Amino acid sequence: MSFPWAQEYKPKHPLMQWFDERLPLPRLVYNSVGAGYPTPRNLNYFWNFGSLAGLALVIQIVTGVVLAMHYYSTVDGAFNSVEHIMRNVNSGWLIRYAHMNGASFFFIVVYIHMFRGLYFGSYKAPREMIWLLGVVIFLLMMATGFLGYVLPWGQMSFWAAQVITGFFSAIPLVGEPLRQWLLGGFAPDQATLSRFFSLHYLLPFVIAGVIILHIWALHIPGSSNPTGVPVKKEEDTVPFHPYYTAKDGFGVGVFLIAFVIMTFFAPNFMGHPDNYIPANPLSTPAHIVPEWYYWPFYAILRAFTVDFGIPFTGIVIIPAKLMGVLAMFGSILLFFFLPWLDTSPVRSGHYRPLFKKFFWFGLIPSVIILSICGVMEATTTWLILAQISGAYYFAHFLIILPLISRIEKPLPLPGSITEAVTGKPLKEAAA
Amino acid sequence: MIRFFAGLIGLFFSGMLLLALFDTVYLGITEPAEETAEHKFYEYPKDVSFAHDGPFGTYDRAQLQRGLKVYEAVCAACHSLNLVAFRNFEDLGYSEEQVKAIASNWLPTGGEVPSINPDTGEPSTRPALPTDTIPSPYANDVAARAANNNALPPDLSLITKARKNGTAYVYSLLSGYTDQEGYKNDAGEELLKEFPDAAAGAGLYFNPYFKNLNIAMAPPLSEGVVTFDDGSPATVDAMSKDVAAFLAWTAEPKMEVRKKTGWAALVFLLIFTILAYMSYRTIWANQKH
Amino acid sequence: MRKPAEPAVAKEAAVAAVEEPRRRDFIHIATVSFAGVGTAAAAVPMLTQMSASADVRALASIEVDVSAIEPGQAIKTMWRKQPVFVSRLTPEKIAEAKKDDNAPMRDPQTLEERTLPNREEWLVMLAVCTHLGCVPTGAAQGEPKGDFDGYFCPCHGSHYDVAGRIRKGPAPTNLVVPEELSFVSDTVIKIG
Repeated sequence: MSFPWAQEYKPKHPLMQWFDERLPLPRLVYNSVGAGYPTPRNLNYFWNFGSLAGLALVIQIVTGVVLAMHYYSTVDGAFNSVEHIMRNVNSGWLIRYAHMNGASFFFIVVYIHMFRGLYFGSYKAPREMIWLLGVVIFLLMMATGFLGYVLPWGQMSFWAAQVITGFFSAIPLVGEPLRQWLLGGFAPDQATLSRFFSLHYLLPFVIAGVIILHIWALHIPGSSNPTGVPVKKEEDTVPFHPYYTAKDGFGVGVFLIAFVIMTFFAPNFMGHPDNYIPANPLSTPAHIVPEWYYWPFYAILRAFTVDFGIPFTGIVIIPAKLMGVLAMFGSILLFFFLPWLDTSPVRSGHYRPLFKKFFWFGLIPSVIILSICGVMEATTTWLILAQISGAYYFAHFLIILPLISRIEKPLPLPGSITEAVTGKPLKEAAA
Repeated sequence: MIRFFAGLIGLFFSGMLLLALFDTVYLGITEPAEETAEHKFYEYPKDVSFAHDGPFGTYDRAQLQRGLKVYEAVCAACHSLNLVAFRNFEDLGYSEEQVKAIASNWLPTGGEVPSINPDTGEPSTRPALPTDTIPSPYANDVAARAANNNALPPDLSLITKARKNGTAYVYSLLSGYTDQEGYKNDAGEELLKEFPDAAAGAGLYFNPYFKNLNIAMAPPLSEGVVTFDDGSPATVDAMSKDVAAFLAWTAEPKMEVRKKTGWAALVFLLIFTILAYMSYRTIWANQKH
Repeated sequence: MRKPAEPAVAKEAAVAAVEEPRRRDFIHIATVSFAGVGTAAAAVPMLTQMSASADVRALASIEVDVSAIEPGQAIKTMWRKQPVFVSRLTPEKIAEAKKDDNAPMRDPQTLEERTLPNREEWLVMLAVCTHLGCVPTGAAQGEPKGDFDGYFCPCHGSHYDVAGRIRKGPAPTNLVVPEELSFVSDTVIKIG
């Protein structure tokens, strides 16, 4: 579906016409990211991050395929093969550092993309499916990032594999067999490394597939916009090309500048020194931390320190460890229910005074504090902060959001996108 | 229904966290964490600068050559450098012939590397070639531990990347040995008075720059242990700095080309971004948004 | 405010665009060109990474100690991951090879052209049949030497003579003598 005023593809060159009649690929491109896709005229820079996430995935796949040409997935060879890439392979250091920092930049971009969705209510009807697919992509990214972090087989790689697969052992009855099934043994070893490499190579292509669905679903209702007011007339939109291709081009430039600064001048800033020590199953690093993009979730995991049971009887129903694991997964899985938790018909946070307060003074600080708690050692102070922030995090999504949707009185919405931009109401004349 | 169950789950998780919060606060009050010697007396690496610091920094070749000499004469007796080959020393400014000479005169092993006797198949040695990696002082980790009071001397190839602020750490550690008797921290507290248990045991040496304050490595450097060809002073401080710089190079041999490429990429991208911005503004010039 | 949808304005712009490439077009062209050049530049390391890495290149040149090879013997060694015959010819073999220097051959070469000056007893050749890359026999004692008392490739029956010249069978050229060959001393040959 598209808007009735969407421009139709008319091939300029006879060759393109010949091609288009036999395989309408030029038409598909034209209608997805070309002049045939009418896009709200008022998108701000937050709307750049979708295409940037796509670029980040391309960078990861290209550098990753190249790295796989030189990497050995053996417990004796993995660490040295990475150093072989860094020292002997032509431009290997560049490719490896780009892949390492590319992962972080992928997450930075996707987190901003998600922030955009959360604040501007992009998950609401009729765009639920786009949001759900986005959460699937996010989960796949987290899995891929973890699998990739294990591959260099350094100390943090090994102990990350140990700790993360340890989550599964918290599950009653099937936990331990499940963990051994995942590892292919009793502890991370050759079988683990080989399967992690295989899956790390596979999942990005699954992500690419889900991204196609994500964009497909996007093109049914069309892009949302900062006012949240739906597109009404042609004046509300501009063709994607050249308007947003040009804007995305500028965004790509800024993104690449940041990426180049980190990759070439501080390539190990977001890494951990311990991963330059080869894996040693006999010695645990003093302080195990995941990559920065998992910090908030790691903090939630560690914040649960009390068993759930019947007081004074000693009967434990859910042990603290299992609860931490459930909460950690729950903190992400709750995104799947978000479109039905936030029932306010107003999309954009701009016009929701109460939502805005809780969002800026509740959710954002709690996520930032959780992130810091995730990297700090679990001392009393940090544990207290993680517990308060974690409690708010769950309350925000599961209790506060449904409640404020009921009691909030939204600000008046502009009559149309054009009115929001120009201050003049949209002409009533039929388009 | 969804919102009802969501609310219950939210109450459960938030409630459990608040319960855990009371528990944490209670424990924090009743059982405060004990102050440790490591926490109070550990010193962060000294503030030291190197020629290769910063976005324009390049290695000081003369310093790296001195560092190599210190490594060869002192560190290599116990620490391997597995990821570095003799041929890599050409990066330090040595010619192909000089590298050959370094390999065939390699001090710790008498210019030999492990090999197999082609007639008997017995372990043997042969003269080192530039393509060989630096030979390890020990055949394996077990032998290394056996020779070092059960402490394993780590491989030094990546040591400056495997420690936080690694180059300064190596420098501080090597130059930071001091008497434990009467050692005071900046706050004026005396270590052995506050923590009598922290005294270095047998085979351990006090060093405030080491995580748990007592390290199994005896102070390796002493003044004049090597003589530099360029007449540089061989003080402990100078040698520590030279060897730290050398180990920064072993960990990151491609640093110079990395920074150079980075600047080229950055300048190119700046121009591209300015052009892209102008292009974007031009296209949107007639469109209020 | 001007709207692009207004036909008059759009027409005006279209006419202007056709008539002269203006400054704004130049900016777009420059931007797209920069993007193209940048992508191409980024592709270079992705392609050069496939060529031989530094450790492989370091092994491109080797030195072979030949002090233990008696006249009439040959050794097989490895150079650039390919087998190499280093053989020391007896005077009789040298005479035999020289006798054939002017015989009809597919790839005519004299023994002198295949050895270093004053070192004609030392014949160094890649042990790779020039037909399809099998390893010819004949270097070791008792191996089939073919019809010309030299080397024989069992894959498709190429016969080489004492000097490794192709005399019969499908191989197009003689066994390759490495170009960069030199004597470091009387007993050490440098290949590559």
